[in-house]
Amino acid sequence: MTSQQIIDLLPYQKPFLFVEELTTISEKGIEGNYTLEEEAYFYKGHFKNNPITPGVILTEIMAQIGVVCLGVFLMQEVVLLNKSPQIALTSSTIDFFLPVLPGEKVKVVSEKIYFRFQKLKCKVQLFNKAGELVCRGTISGMFAHEK
Amino acid sequence: MTQQELIGQLKIIVKPYIQDEEAFKIMTPETDFINDLKINSANLVDVILDIEDEFDIEMDTQSMEKMLDVKSAMDIINAKLNV
Repeated sequence: MTSQQIIDLLPYQKPFLFVEELTTISEKGIEGNYTLEEEAYFYKGHFKNNPITPGVILTEIMAQIGVVCLGVFLMQEVVLLNKSPQIALTSSTIDFFLPVLPGEKVKVVSEKIYFRFQKLKCKVQLFNKAGELVCRGTISGMFAHEK
Repeated sequence: MTQQELIGQLKIIVKPYIQDEEAFKIMTPETDFINDLKINSANLVDVILDIEDEFDIEMDTQSMEKMLDVKSAMDIINAKLNV
């Protein structure tokens, strides 16, 4: 499965699609990136006259690339039969270290902890362009598909 | 291992995932993981993986689907341990 095939299968669209490109995809993990749009709607409010990427958006970027894209890849046999997966975030524990400004490109590195009984749990890290660790943590999701 | 000991071990395993303390305190074989203890389906997977580690057994999807209450968990563990 290619990066574009996986992205096309995602159930998101603008302004809530946070995957630009997947650079490494395997059974064990996934890497990808996303460039924060300068004019993204959330910068108008977070914060007043001081745009900084909200932690929930960074978490979403990590979840979409690190868990959902990996899940689509791991479930490709089902997904390719045109049975679109239903996805639910079930838990996230993230520590944040650095701010991310509008226009920055961030890279997500995700490592599978396990994928059992339709639950995918991953250790996910997000880096800025300088390669510095911005945030990291554990994110889990459940994958179901229409029978 | 007595059945009482088995319930005791299960109590330790489920404790991090329960949302209903009262139901947990009086946990019996009839206690339902989802309806009584209010464990969500994602955490039920963790309960099952912890049971696998604790008893050194492997669960398949069929066992997983049956594992809805304490009694069925005990039956499955007993069956796997006696193979």
